[in-house]
Amino acid sequence: MSFSLMEGNEAIGRGAIRAGCSFFAGYPITPATTIYNTMLELLPPSGGVCMQGEDEIASIGFCLGASMAGAKVMTATSGPGISLYSEQISFAIGSEIPIVIVDVQRLGPSTGSATKGADGDIQFLRWGNSGGLPVVVLAPVDVADCYALTVHAFNLAEICRCPVFIAANKEISMTRETVDLDAVDLPPVVERTPAPEGAPFLPFGTKPGRNVPGFLPIGGSRLVRQTSSTHGTDGYITTDPERIAQNQERLMRKVSEAVDAAPLFDWRPAQGAETLLIAYGVTARAAGAAVRALAQEGTAVSLLTLKSLWPVPERLIRDKARDCRRVVVVEMNLGQYVREVQRILPGMEVSFFGQMNGELISPHQIRKVLRHA
Amino acid sequence: MPSLLNPDRPPVFCPGCSHERIVKALDRTFQAMGLSGDGVVLVSDIGCSGLFDTFFHTHAFHGLHGRALTYATGIKMVRPDLHVVVTMGDGGLGIGGAHVLSTCRRNIDLTLLVLNNFNYGMTGGQCSATTPREAQVGSGFLNRLEQPLDVCRLAEVAGAGFVARASTYDKELVGIMERAVAHPGFSVVDIHGICPGRYTRRNRIGPADIEAGLRRLPPLTEAAPDERKTEYATAYREEAARLAPPPPPARIKARLSPVGEARQEIVLLGSAGQRIVTAGELLCLAGAAAGLNATQKNDYPITVMRGHSVSELILSAEPVGYTGIRKPTAVVALAPEGVARKRGLLADLPEDALLLHAAGVEVPETRGSVRSVDFRAMGIKSPDWALASLAVLARENRVLSPEMLQAALELRFRGTVREAALSVVHKVLDPEGGKPTP
Ligand code: SF4
Repeated sequence: MSFSLMEGNEAIGRGAIRAGCSFFAGYPITPATTIYNTMLELLPPSGGVCMQGEDEIASIGFCLGASMAGAKVMTATSGPGISLYSEQISFAIGSEIPIVIVDVQRLGPSTGSATKGADGDIQFLRWGNSGGLPVVVLAPVDVADCYALTVHAFNLAEICRCPVFIAANKEISMTRETVDLDAVDLPPVVERTPAPEGAPFLPFGTKPGRNVPGFLPIGGSRLVRQTSSTHGTDGYITTDPERIAQNQERLMRKVSEAVDAAPLFDWRPAQGAETLLIAYGVTARAAGAAVRALAQEGTAVSLLTLKSLWPVPERLIRDKARDCRRVVVVEMNLGQYVREVQRILPGMEVSFFGQMNGELISPHQIRKVLRHA
Repeated sequence: MPSLLNPDRPPVFCPGCSHERIVKALDRTFQAMGLSGDGVVLVSDIGCSGLFDTFFHTHAFHGLHGRALTYATGIKMVRPDLHVVVTMGDGGLGIGGAHVLSTCRRNIDLTLLVLNNFNYGMTGGQCSATTPREAQVGSGFLNRLEQPLDVCRLAEVAGAGFVARASTYDKELVGIMERAVAHPGFSVVDIHGICPGRYTRRNRIGPADIEAGLRRLPPLTEAAPDERKTEYATAYREEAARLAPPPPPARIKARLSPVGEARQEIVLLGSAGQRIVTAGELLCLAGAAAGLNATQKNDYPITVMRGHSVSELILSAEPVGYTGIRKPTAVVALAPEGVARKRGLLADLPEDALLLHAAGVEVPETRGSVRSVDFRAMGIKSPDWALASLAVLARENRVLSPEMLQAALELRFRGTVREAALSVVHKVLDPEGGKPTP
């Protein structure tokens, strides 16, 4: 065993390279800038491209063009940049352009506090697009997760042909930590599925029983059409309500099904626990410490750490909550993901603890909440 | 070469629209250059000009209003061999102004055709970035208050390699577009035309007025394309080829013993310029060299040379969960800015904690044992105090050992920087001794 010392942002960059990322574009913004720095160090010497856009809109636009030309792409920003990405995110959703988007969350609203952490964008990442179709959001807990979840994020972007977010947090991304990189459990790297040869190419056509169209890059011998307009399988505008509805439902289904099949999470059950604690991101670390301390006092609490946040792993949450009397959700905001938990556990007592002051929620605070839960 | 027009999708513009002539001229351009559809990408945005890609048998990318250049840039960087042609109206020009400016500055090998008809056709004839002040448009009096933009002069000063103006009715249009597409850099062609659907209903202009208008504009200074300007994608690859890949992250083997079993929580309090974060990193490396898990959580403002700098460090044989610190084993106070951030923590210090402070830096009353160190008297300057504090701790085998510190310095620094760091450490560990042996 050996340790490397790195911050979460560097691990995200190295995870991206590991996943086959060859194109990155970003606009400097604290606390995401060191992802850009890492990619600038890693990509150009190995034949890849790292660019700095004139703004966030350009940065993600470069990525969408590069992705359609066949590259695996990533961009990184913080809340203010996600706001500017929004229109392009909607485009990537509707037009099925694979892209990994890192949101290193900082305390908002607006420009907020550049160097303070938060998990305030959790609903924003899900709903900050026009049309409201689903996206994938993964939340790392530590540096090892930053590395592994980035590989997962690229895989999911390729499998679903959709934007996949990494909801990081200043408190993970800019925190240095020892990590045994060789011991991190990485999934095998998934490549984009090409469209079948022979048959006439329909850029948005799917094989029967498949939810995701096969891909061909712009610039190949078969012509590719990409469009942000409401389109049929041929990539030309359509106004046919039936074809439109079919396509929208497929966009919905393809993401939900992919994540529902294999949500990412960490499960620490406690014998006889009446309380289930649900956490994600950096707060899961404090939650783990709180649960351990309570166990020493003789109070059993089970801990579910969600790493797949969106689509909500509903079956998983229901399953883990089944034997409990109450559920407590802790998050670094004033109550966002708890709404999802309440939605899928009707009739169950679901309480919430959160704060939005730039400080980590401490194990001590969580313990207090759990004692009175 | 055959036409690249899509026979199944003839143009659908209003009768008399300039765009239709430009579609045909662009097809003749492609034919004259002998281009095949799979070597061309048409990138378009929103508005009537955004229909262009549907009329051609080429690769096509139709995206958001004003952002066409951003997609085109991404495509070109991945596939420099493709001819990437961007169409945009005067609307896209306005809303995407930052991209036009930056693409000129990059001089990347794209061709931008501005289909300039002085208004927003599709949405009802509102004023755009190029609407003349005297025109009657769908934005009331607003266009009278804004200066129309001459995109060619903008492109020239911003660095585009090829800049030209043309009338839709100009016999030279195909020739100009051919030169633009062939130019190995960013080329901009501002094509003036008419929009019978909206603009000419209230502004009676025809081809002769378009040409007269063009003649009235100040001449462009660079009539000839400037081939000397470096093209971005080419230059990018040349620069990148000179770069050596960085080494993989260091793998630190545990070859030393930690100073004890207990988990160590250390807080470094200082100010910008005191290399607090570097000292924290050294402590983590020292821990790793002794097989310990380490975390470093930093807090500093966005200013670089002013303000507090706080580093919270945990060394532990077990994996570290929560990275915050409430009951530190040692606190190092090197500047009032840092102390001010953690008054509560200092007041609450456990009895067995050590508070090490630089002489002259005041610390609040506390239960922990307080030690003042006069770094100045030891000939150590403020930027080295954080490192020297680690040496003070190492001297007493608190938190880390001298060997762990030595290992950290070897992992983190090379050459003269390492020597300078070693000499600081030496001043603490062996104040009476001679020069350190590197
Ligand atoms: S509205 Fe104007 S620009 Fe649009 S098609 Fe009609 S004439 Fe052409």
